[in-house]
Amino acid sequence: MKGLLALPQWLWAQLRHEVLVLPSRSFVFFAALLLLLLPLAYDDPYVLRIITMTAIFAIFAASWDLLAGFTGQVNFGHALFFGIGAYTSALLSHHLGWVPWFTVPVGAVMAMAAGFLVGIPCLRLRGSYLSLATLAFPLILTGLLFAFPNFSGGELGISGLRRIVNGTVGNYYVAVVLMLALCFGMWKIGDSNTGLIFHAIREDEVACRASGINTTRYKLLAFALSGLFAGVSGALYAHFLRVAGPSSLEVALSFQVVIWGIFGGIATIYGSVLAVFLLYPLTEILASFDIFKEIRLLIFAVIVLLVLLFMPQGLTPWIRDKIEVVCPRCKNRNVFHRHQCRLCGAELR
Amino acid sequence: MFSDILISGLVNSGVYALLALGFSLIFGVARIVNIAHTAFYMLAAYALYGLMVIGGMPLLLAIPLAVVAVVALSLVCYKLVIEPVRQHESAVLIATIALALIFQESLLVAFGGSFRGIPNAVEGVTSIIGVRVSYQRLIVLAVVAVTLVATWYLLNRTRLGLAIRTAANDQEIANLMGINVSRVAMYTIGISVALAAIAGVVVAPVFVVDPLMWLSPLVTMLAIVVLGGLGSLKGSVIGAFIIGYVEAITVFVVPSGSYLKGAVALSIMIVVLLFRPEGLFGVVFEEER
Repeated sequence: MKGLLALPQWLWAQLRHEVLVLPSRSFVFFAALLLLLLPLAYDDPYVLRIITMTAIFAIFAASWDLLAGFTGQVNFGHALFFGIGAYTSALLSHHLGWVPWFTVPVGAVMAMAAGFLVGIPCLRLRGSYLSLATLAFPLILTGLLFAFPNFSGGELGISGLRRIVNGTVGNYYVAVVLMLALCFGMWKIGDSNTGLIFHAIREDEVACRASGINTTRYKLLAFALSGLFAGVSGALYAHFLRVAGPSSLEVALSFQVVIWGIFGGIATIYGSVLAVFLLYPLTEILASFDIFKEIRLLIFAVIVLLVLLFMPQGLTPWIRDKIEVVCPRCKNRNVFHRHQCRLCGAELR
Repeated sequence: MFSDILISGLVNSGVYALLALGFSLIFGVARIVNIAHTAFYMLAAYALYGLMVIGGMPLLLAIPLAVVAVVALSLVCYKLVIEPVRQHESAVLIATIALALIFQESLLVAFGGSFRGIPNAVEGVTSIIGVRVSYQRLIVLAVVAVTLVATWYLLNRTRLGLAIRTAANDQEIANLMGINVSRVAMYTIGISVALAAIAGVVVAPVFVVDPLMWLSPLVTMLAIVVLGGLGSLKGSVIGAFIIGYVEAITVFVVPSGSYLKGAVALSIMIVVLLFRPEGLFGVVFEEER
């Protein structure tokens, strides 16, 4: 009897002491619950499809944040990993007839390999050079795909792919559960020792090397991990829309992910996810009104610009600093109305 | 074929040189990676289209008016959007991306997504070393040459040019020497957008005008600037000629080369970066090591 109760008790304790004490974590927890329960109460296929796409792009934006936000390798060609994930799984299921449960992981691994390979020349580059040079990689791949249209489908891409599961609700759950699991995984990576080293590389790489850290290895790790997660989202995207085309590699998508990442606040993971969940449905909903259909991207850009003028650090850091304070002694976060730190008891001001 | 490559490479390289030079200037002085740079080039082309084809203005009046209007717009954008977030590098980055998107979408709403043509300033073709070249392309070449020389003169022979070069070299020292760095940054943005706008108005009759025309020169321009070395003016011009000719050779020599021209140019950029991470003529800034 006691053993039976141990797990729920432990879970409840974790929830109470790790999640519910902070407003930001409680918000994420309840938002995740809401996403998981939504189809039970409300199963309008249009809304579910939008949320499925949002979840797929949320994985993509979070993977950019892992590389650009944490490690400071501001990647302008992140669509490369997305496109490689999409094209690999599409080619495998088109030419070899594999089922999506195999093609998606293989696509992700290929994108991880691409991340590793792209990371090697990028080791020598810094700052703006790195950003501008990485812009080139997806375009080189697009050129190659167009030059071999029999293999890649050329400008039309590969269409008629199999769905991962049948039915809107099934796809919704695949995308949302994967999004929650992968983004939680990325957040844990960011919170771990490795994440700390990623932060250190962004802040001062020379000091980081001087502390005996092999920054080369960690930068390559960041590229590979980021490629892996972006590859998953690309492969999911291909199987969800049932087409993998050159649009998954285009500059606009790379810029889009930069906007999502910075708008949400860099080096947070949850920031990029929130940004996608606000901005992607916004453009989709605007598109459903006839008056806004033409100008939806215009509205999108204006909103991004206005928000940035007031919150140049991004959305979530701005909100976070309003509702939480950092303990001056142990650097842990507390609700804003507390007077003493919840962990070390130090006075909060 | 050889002379085809020679002429078409020269025209493209000249246009790329104007764009890359302007981008380099802004990056050097204000450290702004201006993604909207080629969007100003597009705006100038559309302004010319609006003034000439819709407004019915004569060419010689429409060209300066288009350039001035675009430069004024860029200064307004800088004051309203970029300057308030100058301290936050990432915010500046997406502010310029958002600006470019805003321009693209506004043009899409105003003019529609279709390709638009602008009549040539001078009709007719001539023959140079066996290649038929339209007079319009010769005008492009002449304007590019004059603009490049004028920019060189401005930067190297005037007090403003000296101030710009000083600010690009070291902002703090420039400030200590009594240079008003923020005003110099304003002038630099004006000059650099003017270069882009001139490029836009001269190529508008040669290429077609559409609301997505800023993307492909943007990528090429960034490749050129990285190849030549960020912030290096000499590097930008030389890089423009390298990339321009590589593209021309790929298009004329390689089968299905028009698809591969971007890929080949960008691969060359990456190969150069592998051996010289700071580009051909780049300098390593101490604080950016």
